[in-house]
Amino acid sequence: MSSENGKRLLETDAGGLNFEATELTLGLPGEPRVTSDGGAKLGSKRGFSETVDLKLGDNNREVKLGHSLQEAAKSPVSKTQVVGWPPVRGFAKRGKKSCKYVKVAVDGAPYLRKVDLEIYNSYQQLLTSLEDMFSCFTIRNYLNEKKIEQVNGIEYMPTYEDKDGDWMLVGDVPWQMFVESCKRLRLMKSSEAVGLGLTTGPKYSSTN
Amino acid sequence: MNYFPDEVLEHVFDFITSHKDRNSVSLVCKSWYKIERYSRQRVFIGNCYSISPERLIARFPGLKSLTLKGKPHFADFNLVPHDWGGFVYPWIEALAKSRIGLEELRLKRMVVSDESLELLSKSFVNFKSLVLVSCEGFTTDGLAAIAANCRFLRELDLQENEVDDHRGHWLSCFPESCTSLISLNFACLRGEVNLGALERLVSRSPNLKSLRLNRAVPLDTLQKLLMRAPQLVDLGIGSYVHDPFSEAYNKLKIAIQRCKSIRSLSGFLEVALHCMSAIYPICGNLTFLNLSYAPGLHGNKLMKLIQHCRKLQRLWILDCIGDKGLGVVALTCKELQELRVFPSDPFEAGNAAVTEEGLVLVSAGCPKLNSLLYFCQQMTNAALITVAKNCPNFIRFRLCILDPIKPDPVTNQPLDEGFGAIVQSCKGLKRLSLSGLLTDQVFLYIGMYAEQLEMLSIAFAADSDKGMLYVLNGCKKLRKLEIRDCPFGDAALLEDVGKYETMRSLWMSSCEVTLGGCKSVAEKMPSLNVEIIDESEQMEFNLDDKQKVDKMYLYRTLVGHRKDAPEYVWIL
Repeated sequence: MSSENGKRLLETDAGGLNFEATELTLGLPGEPRVTSDGGAKLGSKRGFSETVDLKLGDNNREVKLGHSLQEAAKSPVSKTQVVGWPPVRGFAKRGKKSCKYVKVAVDGAPYLRKVDLEIYNSYQQLLTSLEDMFSCFTIRNYLNEKKIEQVNGIEYMPTYEDKDGDWMLVGDVPWQMFVESCKRLRLMKSSEAVGLGLTTGPKYSSTN
Repeated sequence: MNYFPDEVLEHVFDFITSHKDRNSVSLVCKSWYKIERYSRQRVFIGNCYSISPERLIARFPGLKSLTLKGKPHFADFNLVPHDWGGFVYPWIEALAKSRIGLEELRLKRMVVSDESLELLSKSFVNFKSLVLVSCEGFTTDGLAAIAANCRFLRELDLQENEVDDHRGHWLSCFPESCTSLISLNFACLRGEVNLGALERLVSRSPNLKSLRLNRAVPLDTLQKLLMRAPQLVDLGIGSYVHDPFSEAYNKLKIAIQRCKSIRSLSGFLEVALHCMSAIYPICGNLTFLNLSYAPGLHGNKLMKLIQHCRKLQRLWILDCIGDKGLGVVALTCKELQELRVFPSDPFEAGNAAVTEEGLVLVSAGCPKLNSLLYFCQQMTNAALITVAKNCPNFIRFRLCILDPIKPDPVTNQPLDEGFGAIVQSCKGLKRLSLSGLLTDQVFLYIGMYAEQLEMLSIAFAADSDKGMLYVLNGCKKLRKLEIRDCPFGDAALLEDVGKYETMRSLWMSSCEVTLGGCKSVAEKMPSLNVEIIDESEQMEFNLDDKQKVDKMYLYRTLVGHRKDAPEYVWIL
């Protein structure tokens, strides 16, 4: 039995965000496991096949798999969650954060991207991620007054459209409030923002 | 005992309140049975199919408070189909037709229709208290009927129910004359509520002690409610998101400070971390804190909150507290008796969960710990042995390792020794849930040492029938046994069928028991209902006795086969 420690890429359409290192999977003999949204996943530091070969106690016993795990091992890649595990009532409701994907437009870019705001905890993390995503541009990051080396000579201001349809500067309201009210992001060319009187920085720093 | 007139005995029996004790009293002699049954006001029925409403009414004409439980526990984890059973309507119908002056109804895992709620609301003049836990089948229309018709309603407590929310109007159905509310909990409702109606209701309820709001109640309404109800003892906050520089937030801080009686806090269904300091003034008095629905609360802010809660006796939290956070709990909450750590999203980063370290810290710091529900990434035998030594007073010990067959990661051994230490040390253990890699050995320990054990939950464990046999032979007080995905077959099932009559119920799913084995139990024990639940239709076409049974649920009953089972349930 080959041991697959079931590491895999989580499918995401946000720019190349990998959850590989943080994945919890149970490596059963056979294909790597993929769970659909909300499915319970089994975590293990070692592939299951390794535990089967262990000498348990004094006797060299075989571990008998419960039916559900056997079924899970047999079934196709898309349907491998074990029903009713972990045993928490309303498992999907408790603790699981909703995804909040918003479109990100950059002036001058031919296509948009999408980011999940729920995976960040602060403005700093968001902006860093946007920088990575649009690495050919420079995003004006005056949250910590650092000027990033300009690559192509154009600076961008991060703005967003809120629930009321207004375009706001990113960073003025608390992070959580921003996540809740943000509908879409736009990286606006700084040159266009000239004249908006933005002399004071936002209230919320990256440490919020 | 024949020297005393009945009235004296009745007066003495008034002091005996626990169901167990009253049951025992009724068995002493005929005259005690008679006196006890006429004076009994509160009845608990742990399995609604074990008795009929008619017999209940015949025996206890003075009934005022009824507790009923329906579906088996594993229904919570989607192992029982929705329409399996547990319908409350026949009970309410029968009680309504009788002369019973029902005042209180507490239901768990039952199917409750709007029709039943309406009938309930119209049939009992003095109806005071409705508590629904993990129920389903009703909408806010049913709640509207309760609100409108129960003139002396004191308690409406909805916990974790599946309610079809038709939005808002049910709260307005409480008449202006309704001023008797003591407890109102609608945290599980997902829809909007009429905030004005809510405010007015709270204003005219001077006895309101417990208020748990749902997600749709915003912070500024919360502030207004607290201003009107500073006498609250139990508060469930709905939404807790606001701009900390706003006027509403300042008002909230003032309102919270006035609530000097709050001992229990829950909710935070939506939460903004920066608003937590408003809560600090009441933290010092809290005995119960439930943050298990607040994934937004984590890290330093969470720890700071906990540090203010020195009197905590019960803490329900998500595993994003981490081992470090549990360390803070251990240092701060010296009065802690109950800890529940629930799993947050499994797709989170690995450090968002807890391990054996957190549990060991709490066991060392909180010597009064007696009840545990702990979802964790891993557990070691050494940790369990340490916990057993630190906390010999466990009554409930439920451990769920997220990987159900994970061994001790340090030694690669099964967790038999660890759990063995728990059962050996905790002589008062009544409830136990196992997980991780386990062999027959752990069951040997359980059979030997767990003398007070009443409920045992097993999943993905054991090597052979011996495991189940150790438990059935050893645990004399066992009432509920639920097993999934274990290699227990007919030999274990049939060893001592008489035992099942001493228990409330046995659940076995994805095990090795066959149709023939189940039939055998049913034949030998007419006092049991043996139900086979199989939605796959294979039972229809393949009645081979050697067929393995997917799900079997058997329970003792005085009233034979139930008539309301759906197609896919075969009662043997």
